[in-house]
Amino acid sequence: MSGSGPTLDCRGLPCPRPIIELARHLADVPVGDVLGVASDDPAARHDVPAWCRMRGQEYVGEETAPDGVPVLLVRRLS
Amino acid sequence: MSHPAVYLDAASAEPLHPAARAVLGAASTRGYADPRRLHGPGRDARLLLDNAREVVAAVLGVRRDEVMFTSSGSAAVHAGLLGLLPSGGAPVVMTAVEHQSVPDATAWAGVPTRVVEVDRAGRVDAGSIAAAAREESAGLVVVQQANHEVGTLQPVDAVAEALGDVPLLVDAGASMGRLPLPPGWTAVAGSARKWGGPGGVGVLVVRRSARWRHPFPAPDRTERADHGFTDVPGALAAAAALQAVAAERDEVGGRQRAMIDLVRERVASIPDVDLVGDPVDRLPHLVTFSCLYVDGEALVSALDRHGFGIASGSACAVDTREPSRVLAAMGALTHGNVRLSLTRDTTQSDVERFLDVLPGVVADLRAEVAL
Repeated sequence: MSGSGPTLDCRGLPCPRPIIELARHLADVPVGDVLGVASDDPAARHDVPAWCRMRGQEYVGEETAPDGVPVLLVRRLS
Repeated sequence: MSHPAVYLDAASAEPLHPAARAVLGAASTRGYADPRRLHGPGRDARLLLDNAREVVAAVLGVRRDEVMFTSSGSAAVHAGLLGLLPSGGAPVVMTAVEHQSVPDATAWAGVPTRVVEVDRAGRVDAGSIAAAAREESAGLVVVQQANHEVGTLQPVDAVAEALGDVPLLVDAGASMGRLPLPPGWTAVAGSARKWGGPGGVGVLVVRRSARWRHPFPAPDRTERADHGFTDVPGALAAAAALQAVAAERDEVGGRQRAMIDLVRERVASIPDVDLVGDPVDRLPHLVTFSCLYVDGEALVSALDRHGFGIASGSACAVDTREPSRVLAAMGALTHGNVRLSLTRDTTQSDVERFLDVLPGVVADLRAEVAL
């Protein structure tokens, strides 16, 4: 569960805001660590993995927050 | 802006082809009557409608009695799909990137479906389609000839060959007129406004040998007849445009292909842009790309202010918040999306001006979010 790692709360933010927040804050975690993006925007589920592909980061997978919102996990590679 | 507005959304609706404009006025004056009536004006309308059907059949290389006119491309898909559904509710197999009219029709009919995934270019594998059809004992398979959002061509010939006897509906909505029809289909649907015919005219071709029956209320559902009153002038104008577009296919398509190659090359040099669709095996006139961190609606509005009329498949640019099914299925970036599609009159200088403006527009929008 991402509860152990930091998670960006992007609930209520429309696309592309969750991706912008991800881009702004991935550098907040050390290389090798995982940052979660909690987003209820239906585009985020597709755009977080696409962002990882384009920016050379690793998309780890999806978890679910206690409130049912998807948490998309990204490992910082650089 | 000193330049006239440049319309780059032919994939939504191509401006009326001069050949269509040339016949529309006269056909509207002469073709108003009910073509089933035996009086003079009825015979006039019948003559025009027969002519329209004949021309479409000749261009597509099919029999005249296989051609039906519908009220739109979506109506053609609906009538084709629902009319081919076998009784007993056997599943329908389709690609993940079909036009919305396809899943709409299967959902409306309440028939089970199996969706076959596509690769990063948006292409389905013929073997996967055939395997899914076998596993499901499918009653019908639906595959588009070319994708309406990203332009990628589907291997329809290979699909048809691999399927054997399973009926195949080909949605040629994005490609009819621009590309020759592939072989092996049971029914084909097309949309006139996508090739420069008038809006509100679709074409459905159903093979004589197919087990198709009219899916909507009709006096005789076994008859291959247009549903309701045919738009006779519209059908004739659509036929004239189709004939002209097919005749100039190589010349116009070649020019468009080179311009899209240029767009792809120049857009690839803008940072953080996801260029989607097959670069080679594609529709000649269309390209789609997504710009990271940019709102699709803002991008469309900014380009409109610069005089470019362009479509977006991004969720932020449409009413629902759902991202484009096509882009999502391809694993492409779904926000900041732009679909540029050339008309037959688009010039190299139109495209170059667009390419000169685009990087600055994208950079400005990114600057607003400090990225």
